[in-house]
Amino acid sequence: MMTAGVDVGAKMAKVVILKDGHVLSRAKGLVGFDILKSAGDVFQKALKDAGISRGDLQRVAATGMGREAVLQKPPINADEVISEVVADAAGACQVVPTAKTVIDVGAEEGRGIKVEGGKVRDFVINERCAAGAGTFVETMARALEVRVEDMGPMSLRSTNTIPMNAQCCVFAESEVVTLIHAKTSKDDIAKAIHDAIAGRISSMVLRVGVEKDVVLIGGVALNPGFGPPLEKELNTKIIVPEYPEFVGALGAAVIAANPQR
Amino acid sequence: MVETLKKYPAEPLKCWNEAKNLRKSYYENYLNAHEKGGLRWAGGAWSFSAVPAGLGEDVYSVTGEPYGATIAFHKDFAAKCHDAVEEAGFPRTLCAYMRNYWGALLLDKFILADGTIVDGYPTPDFIWQDHICCSHGKWYEVVKWLEKKNGKEVPMYCTDVSVGYSLEDPEDYKVEYIVGQLRDGVEWLEKVSGRKYNDQLLCDAVWNEMKATSLWAEICALNQAVPAPLDEKTMYSLYVMGTLMKHRPECAEFYQTLKEEVKERVDRGIAAVPYERFRVITDTQPPWGFLKIFREMEKYGVVSLGSLYSFGLIGMWEYTPDGKWVPKPAPKQKPETREDALRAIVEWTLNRPEWAHFFRPELKTKMMKSIVDQWKADAVLLHYNRGCEGLSVHIAENRLGLVDAGIPVFPFEGNMGDEREFDLAGTTARLSAFFESMGLKKLKE
Repeated sequence: MMTAGVDVGAKMAKVVILKDGHVLSRAKGLVGFDILKSAGDVFQKALKDAGISRGDLQRVAATGMGREAVLQKPPINADEVISEVVADAAGACQVVPTAKTVIDVGAEEGRGIKVEGGKVRDFVINERCAAGAGTFVETMARALEVRVEDMGPMSLRSTNTIPMNAQCCVFAESEVVTLIHAKTSKDDIAKAIHDAIAGRISSMVLRVGVEKDVVLIGGVALNPGFGPPLEKELNTKIIVPEYPEFVGALGAAVIAANPQR
Repeated sequence: MVETLKKYPAEPLKCWNEAKNLRKSYYENYLNAHEKGGLRWAGGAWSFSAVPAGLGEDVYSVTGEPYGATIAFHKDFAAKCHDAVEEAGFPRTLCAYMRNYWGALLLDKFILADGTIVDGYPTPDFIWQDHICCSHGKWYEVVKWLEKKNGKEVPMYCTDVSVGYSLEDPEDYKVEYIVGQLRDGVEWLEKVSGRKYNDQLLCDAVWNEMKATSLWAEICALNQAVPAPLDEKTMYSLYVMGTLMKHRPECAEFYQTLKEEVKERVDRGIAAVPYERFRVITDTQPPWGFLKIFREMEKYGVVSLGSLYSFGLIGMWEYTPDGKWVPKPAPKQKPETREDALRAIVEWTLNRPEWAHFFRPELKTKMMKSIVDQWKADAVLLHYNRGCEGLSVHIAENRLGLVDAGIPVFPFEGNMGDEREFDLAGTTARLSAFFESMGLKKLKE
């Protein structure tokens, strides 16, 4: 059976094509103002890479905050929509079958999910705040005038701990500016930023409890500076699967393949 | 993917219009009381409203919390109230009902149940309040102060009820502490109104209140049926009578009529939500400007059966020896003297379930677990209500107690009276995620 999962996130659209449990192709791209078009372009690329057409897919499931935009609308014509939490759980357990806790940190949302065999037992989502999400790192990278992809490696070079007290992305930016004026090294500031986001995410995840194995997914999982402070905060080892940003889309494709789940 | 499911028969409540009219006339009676030579008083829905009833049958109140909720429901007016309050220098972290109420006063406008806005806030002749939470007494001190700025002197009497909730028969010292204040209160009412106090009217009002609040609990108990004959959104329009006029005969009469109708719905299998397949309870006041979230739930076949708030703010309950939470029957005999009546209403009120959490959160958790069990609820939705410090206190502890008992819990943040603090799209999305995690799918339109 061939299915597709489409994850229309706040910043990126991700598509996974699945055939009998094996990934045929993955594609991702920025979500623009026209959600349907930008997600549709990514979808077409995934189809092309897999060497198939929409008609070859038995089912397509959409997830992510823009999922409703692609429901039964060409070119994606998603057959169903699934919440991010449910898709994340299914996807994470597909790549790490022993997963009990899934942490998904995307551009604008962070989630902590307790799972069992791919099913959600409990979950928590950050409420109306970018301070625990990827946007936070991007904003701080702008303040430091460095590329966002450099933030992780920079933070790993630092051995100093500088607490960031601001609980808000906007005020944290002011705090970063203050640190710059205080001649604090950019590496130390980058570490402070990653420590801060890890602190916020961990305090949220602890609300549902942390059980091994803990899996980190979402775009922020690609940032090498985020995992170490999160492991320290949660006092546990964290598994980052290959292609962590595609796990939600994978979960949607898995669910699409099992509509009677 | 969508599913089609068994559909229960559904029909509107026959007494719906009666409920609407009662609520409409409540506000109009207050507004027009002086034209008929009557008196107006202001105070909280939890105040001992039977006591001012001894001043005459033409004494009308407006209770602050339902009034604040009415404003919240009419969001345009609520926004103006918030602006007025913040311009006057009050912070937006205070009780949202209180801010809405003050806002209307500052704007010098009065809103009726149907949203009609009348110029000129009808000043009460006196304030009769109790201090159940951090805001309740202070609320009306500010009202008094704002009225004074307008050249109006409004006398205020506030009863301290800090002796706390009693799960069983309240201890004598608690009862005497409050009865003593109410005895003084009767004398104070005579003094500020210039009227002679009628003990018989007090006895009638106490009797009405006990019957009405017991009847409301009986109505809520009928919602244990599957399918549920009432959904919580509808119940809000019905329980409100108990928050407005629990001591008045029309309230007890209405609840008697309603009970008979709900009983009949149960007998005939009439559902509030035709596709009921998942039952939840909630907690604390809802975000009044966004009651559509209940309709969103229905898209998943979810019925909200009620809450400790909607059952126990007005309804009176007790535990049986075998641990069942059941409606507390009204006493068989009407009190006959002032002293008997005051003692009876204080003892009755100290058992009010919704008071428990102020003092002992574990009792609130216990009652919530009883509701989940007896009403056959599948999950609990907890409103972390930034607008009400009183009812939100300990709510995270209640969550832990429910989770420990294996009950699925969905917390969401919001505000009962300030729409700026409720994210409809976000909450709806998270609710969808929660229901999906419970194995539900959206029903076919």
